[in-house]
Amino acid sequence: MLRLRRLLVTLVLLAAVAFGGFYVLTDPRIVSPSPEIGTLPAPDLENGKLLFAAGGCASCHATPNQDDKLRLGGGLALGSPFGTFHAPNISPHTRDGIGNWGVKDFVDAMAAGVSPAGQHYYPAFPYTSYRLMPPKALADLFAYIRTLSPVEGRAADHVLAFPFNIRRVVGGWKLLFFEGASFKPDPTKSEEWNRGAYLVNGPGHCAECHSDRNALGAIVQATRLAGGPDPEGRGWVPNITQAPDALGKWSKEEIAELLKTGFTPSFDSVGGTMAAVVRNTAQLPEADRLAMAEYLKSLPAVQGPARPAARAAN
Amino acid sequence: MIRTIAVAAVLGLGITAVLAQSDPITERRNTMKAVGAGSRDGAAIAKGEAPFEAAKAQAIAKAYVDAAKKMPGLYPDSSKTGGETTAAPKIWEDQAGFKAAFAKFETDAAAIGTAADVAGFRTAFGNATKNCGSCHEVYRIKK
Ligand code: HEC
Ligand code: HEC
Ligand code: HEC
Repeated sequence: MLRLRRLLVTLVLLAAVAFGGFYVLTDPRIVSPSPEIGTLPAPDLENGKLLFAAGGCASCHATPNQDDKLRLGGGLALGSPFGTFHAPNISPHTRDGIGNWGVKDFVDAMAAGVSPAGQHYYPAFPYTSYRLMPPKALADLFAYIRTLSPVEGRAADHVLAFPFNIRRVVGGWKLLFFEGASFKPDPTKSEEWNRGAYLVNGPGHCAECHSDRNALGAIVQATRLAGGPDPEGRGWVPNITQAPDALGKWSKEEIAELLKTGFTPSFDSVGGTMAAVVRNTAQLPEADRLAMAEYLKSLPAVQGPARPAARAAN
Repeated sequence: MIRTIAVAAVLGLGITAVLAQSDPITERRNTMKAVGAGSRDGAAIAKGEAPFEAAKAQAIAKAYVDAAKKMPGLYPDSSKTGGETTAAPKIWEDQAGFKAAFAKFETDAAAIGTAADVAGFRTAFGNATKNCGSCHEVYRIKK
């Protein structure tokens, strides 16, 4: 009897320690500390505009069902296996958007996935890629967003199943899958390659769509960029590694052409969610499209997950 | 005699129509492939890799316009899935929008045929080919 009681006490204590450990480890300041900002030069609005296009911010944050892609009122519903997210208002509106934010708030959100109130953001917001942008680049992007019109109104709350509705849980996810460093150029590679690697993996967040995900919604790194089911559950996103049936036979110029006009080498025209990506990459300088192509041409050939067979006729 | 020929002709027509209807998926994919081929020729002219010729511009415009006229009729309810179709369910949910998208494509494509020089061609071709991505964005899904 006494022994049983002692066992129980031990178990409760252990659970408390484990919970305490989880609680400490999932603290936003511990699992994803903010980067040092230091002193920054005056913001470069042109660079901010370029990063806004490369990042496709408008694809998620523009108010749906109207034509002005620079009205960042939010509200778009994003489906996922965990529930529905609603992209928030990131216009410079002081009450409903991010008009009250300072540069540090913005850098914390984009690079660490932490809100001004110290809570975790869900990785449906692809800060997992955007974190590669250094504080200087993020400050440029922030300054550009602040030149856009404030839009009134807040987006609906996310509709998520338990336990995903608890933001603290994202801390556990970050512990397993989030790496918080900004882009480090590879000195053994050309400047063009490094620019391409930065654009593809950072602002361009190509892997967020072009990769398979595990049961917890994290990118399977072994098949990064090798395609997978659409993250929102509609259709298939193709393999863009150098596998022979992927981009292996495309020339660098053909990849850059796709990012400008949407035409594939066989003169099909990309659709689905890639159409909006092309509208954005079309706004970049030709040198940046070529840099992305240069980087993609350097990737190993990776076979992605098997694509489901075309559904039978009914 | 004349009557037999007439009947045969009617039957023949009927059979062609049935054949065309029996496989709308193949037919619409072939129609779109012809649009792809026209785009290859057009892109070469726009990029200055091939010379501008009015006859070629008219041929590209015709390929696009013919496809725009034909496509909306190739989506009977019985053809939502099957073969290697990349048609999105949205086509059947929003028939009006789908038809309107082809009507706009037809108008923009016709302008390619009236281009008088390479500069005019480039503008008209650029406008017409914006329709490819915007229609595929909504009405097409690669499964
Ligand atoms: C794939 C869709 C998607 C894209 C692309 C995207 N975001 Fe977001 N963003 C979201 C979602 C969803 C949230 C909400 C996350 C949460 O509530 O945890 C969010 C949140 C934010 C927030 C926090 C807003 C707040 O009120 O707390 C900021 C700032 C932000 N995004 C900026 C950007 C910028 C800048 C870009 C482009 C570089 C961008 N986002 C691109 C989906 C996206
Ligand atoms: C929002 C999701 C999304 C993002 C982000 C995205 N893609 Fe795509 N991409 C797609 C989809 C979906 C397709 C298939 C398009 C279709 O159905 O025609 C595609 C197609 C492509 C293709 C054509 C592949 C083929 O075999 O036809 C290339 C190349 C490509 N993407 C490159 C990129 C690059 C480079 C980036 C980053 C700058 C990127 N994508 C970002 C969703 C995305
Ligand atoms: C108004 C809508 C619309 C426009 C405009 C349009 N397409 Fe399409 N396209 C479709 C649809 C729908 C499909 C899917 C066909 C199917 O499988 O049912 C398709 C399929 C295709 C295919 C694949 C055919 C195959 O092999 O299955 C190619 C190539 C193509 N389109 C090229 C183009 C090009 C190039 C343009 C612009 C010059 C264009 N399309 C404009 C609707 C459109």
